[in-house]
Amino acid sequence: MTQDAVGAAAPRLGGYGRVTGRQEYLADIRVTDMLHVKLVTLDCARGRIISIDRSAAAEVPGVRLIMTAEDLPQPVPRFGPQFQDRPVLATGETKYHGDPVAAVAADTKDAAEAAAKLVRVEYESLEAVFSIADALDPAAPLVQDPSIRPDDPLAHTNVLREHRFGWGDVDAARAELIVENTYEFPMVTQFAIEPHGFMAAPDGDGMIVWSTIQHPYLLQKTIANLLDLPLAKVRVLAPDPGGGFGGKQNPKYEPLVAFMALKAGRPVRLVLSLDETFQAVRRASAEIRVRTGFNTDGTIVFEDIASDFLLGAYVDIADRVVVKSSYLAAGPYRVPSVRIVARGILSHTIPSTAFRGFGTPQVTWGRESNLDEGARRLGIDRFELRLRNLAEKGEEFLPGETPADGDWEQTARRAADLIRWNTPVPTGRGRGIALGIKSGPTTGLSYSTVRLLADGSVLVYSGTSDMGQGARTIFAQIASRELGVPLSRISVVMGDSAVVPYDQQTSASRSSVLMGTAVLRACQDVQAKLAAIAARLYSVAESEISVERGFVHLPDRDVTIVETLQAGLGPLGGELVGNGEMRKDKEPGHALGGSAAFFEFHATAVELEVDPGTGEITIIRYVTVGDVGTALNPLQVAGQDEGAAIMGLGHTLMEHYIFDDEGRIRNLGAIDYRIPTSMDLPLEMLSDSIENADGPGPYGVKGISEGGLLAVSPAVASAVTAATGLIIRDLPLTPQRVWEAMMERV
Amino acid sequence: MSGSLVIEVNVNGLLRSLEVAVNHTLLDVLRDQLGLTGTKECCVVGECGACSVIVNGRPMNSCLMLAVEVDGGEVTTVEGLASPDGSLSRLQQSFLDEGAAQCGFCIPGQLIAAQALLNRNPHPTVDDVHEALAGNLCRCAGYHQITAAILAAAEEMTP
Repeated sequence: MTQDAVGAAAPRLGGYGRVTGRQEYLADIRVTDMLHVKLVTLDCARGRIISIDRSAAAEVPGVRLIMTAEDLPQPVPRFGPQFQDRPVLATGETKYHGDPVAAVAADTKDAAEAAAKLVRVEYESLEAVFSIADALDPAAPLVQDPSIRPDDPLAHTNVLREHRFGWGDVDAARAELIVENTYEFPMVTQFAIEPHGFMAAPDGDGMIVWSTIQHPYLLQKTIANLLDLPLAKVRVLAPDPGGGFGGKQNPKYEPLVAFMALKAGRPVRLVLSLDETFQAVRRASAEIRVRTGFNTDGTIVFEDIASDFLLGAYVDIADRVVVKSSYLAAGPYRVPSVRIVARGILSHTIPSTAFRGFGTPQVTWGRESNLDEGARRLGIDRFELRLRNLAEKGEEFLPGETPADGDWEQTARRAADLIRWNTPVPTGRGRGIALGIKSGPTTGLSYSTVRLLADGSVLVYSGTSDMGQGARTIFAQIASRELGVPLSRISVVMGDSAVVPYDQQTSASRSSVLMGTAVLRACQDVQAKLAAIAARLYSVAESEISVERGFVHLPDRDVTIVETLQAGLGPLGGELVGNGEMRKDKEPGHALGGSAAFFEFHATAVELEVDPGTGEITIIRYVTVGDVGTALNPLQVAGQDEGAAIMGLGHTLMEHYIFDDEGRIRNLGAIDYRIPTSMDLPLEMLSDSIENADGPGPYGVKGISEGGLLAVSPAVASAVTAATGLIIRDLPLTPQRVWEAMMERV
Repeated sequence: MSGSLVIEVNVNGLLRSLEVAVNHTLLDVLRDQLGLTGTKECCVVGECGACSVIVNGRPMNSCLMLAVEVDGGEVTTVEGLASPDGSLSRLQQSFLDEGAAQCGFCIPGQLIAAQALLNRNPHPTVDDVHEALAGNLCRCAGYHQITAAILAAAEEMTP
């Protein structure tokens, strides 16, 4: 490999640990004197807690603590990334199936599990709402006590917020064809293979918290607030998550284990089962009503979109999901008039949170499917209709927003070419193509420190969580290029808030761009210090010196960085420390609080066939193309892109929670909730990237990890329609659903 | 509630004598008693494959086996795939080369399932690989990379 590793398929930092079993995930960490925690939940969604009898549980040998809401400070502390609405333990009543009412800590896992079953909770099952329609019924019970949102005019309804966006005048717009439909998106779960885990231990006058979290610094703040501790007394240790996908963004049970650790005076540990993880995080299901006005030439006249998202009982980050996705619901097109009404609706279900795509797959499903229907009714090629409306690079397709930041037509055409759009479709098959766009981060703050050690090796500090996207490798590649140090001599330090400087969060595919820039600047800071040393050593004006890629360039010769460093440091050795900061501030007046740092623009195309006897879909060829700016590591880009695509095939073809009438989840766990396996793959899969180095990050990079998931459903459904003539507006497209649609037609 | 038994088991080439609770799974004992945490716990119902180990030559979900069932047997975990000096097996190296390990949590199970496949079928087809690893979920969905890694390793092991 060349030293200049940017753009190379550099091997993953941390790869060795991952293939030898030595990578330490949260559940692999052992702390002495640790108690094991098991949650106690009710067999209903909404239950009024009458009494909790812990006597039998307390008799189990090894049980040290049984925690209920009563044992917490009163009123029971609440927390959340957007609203302070989630109690540390259910108080008064449970709000969803899986909402814990108590937690048992014992010397062993066995004892905690045995005792948790013996905690007797007397409760009364109460009327509850599990669907958008039920939650909106004026007679429906309120999910949240209005006192939680005192000044909110909607507090006496189950509508959390209603957001309106748009421009132009939809009502005055004249369209030659109006297509109006409603599209349903199912409730699905992140299903990281690593179940969520949390530990806490008293640490002198502070607290250490371990978590599988994506946002360690948000967790630090949350714990500091709840325990009334200074930030400096809360140390968050965040080992690399075994997959996050958004589900691990925000604190969940860390406050509970922190209070338990305080009370027990010992370390406590709660590793959720997979079933419990299913009851902790999910994606918002949605009902997307789309009215699209067209001219007969296929130009879009207006989009009138009403997106209703079914949130859970606590908001987590879900209101932001509703806002951010709906704001871009009209897509990457030039649309003269747009009206968007987006609502988050509370229900007695699992709190929905971030999930790869952040609401965008839901709105994209509606918009793109409706465009297809318009194209079919107008007799215009579905791909051609999109091209006619697609924003050009630099075009302000959304007033006041970042203009189109890529050659999107190039991306779309690449996908069309790879699926052979303009060639005859084999008999019995259908093709589909769809476009997706997601706003990248709207604000950001990342710091990095880079230490150039005396032997010329490098330590990079980054508060990003490497949950599989490969951030560690990317940062090392940047340092390698800037300092001319091979990857084998670079370590990236993450996951310890006491050591690593602040990073706002790991989300929105931001890290290569925002933290990447912070790392780049920290390297430049080191370069500047090297230049100052060189000026002194070689008696050359600093302005005549440049430092890059391993060398100090003097007017008459080049000296290696290491030589300059060692001569400059002198006999005592030491190191050079560089700091870098990347800040994207809030923009007052912007609907999202800030414009997009970049867009994830993506084209998905498929060719498939449908078994007429079973309704089973076989994807013959699958194409996924992203506008990535620059692929800093093409191997990792392909891994993220294909992974997003296959994850999208999950909610498109098979995944959905099933509830009974009581709001209890009937398919908890891996047996009854199916995700794609090696047997569910497209027969052929092509992942490609468009690289025009036009992103805002180092070397022109844009974020890429969500794009591949955005437009999977409409592309597949469009191909199903092309193959069968059936239009299905409800996901997932299970064999049963497709077969039933075929039967209905007969 | 439950008693314990002493079992003898060869784990990664090392004969161990262990007192195990009769209700503990092989997974429990590997992780909590032997500290071999490379074997992962996820679904505990035998569906995800994260806990795969090789028992007497066959890939098994260690969450579904009681530890007492392996008395007198041989177990290979992910920790047993590399050489004692830490150098990677061809298969492990191939996983790195192909970018098969992303978050990495399922990878020990994938490697074990792949090793068991190569042990019984040194020249698998793509379909053989997909079928043999169908019980090993990867939510990063690096299935193509994993398959490519296994085929590349098999290719190289061809005499």
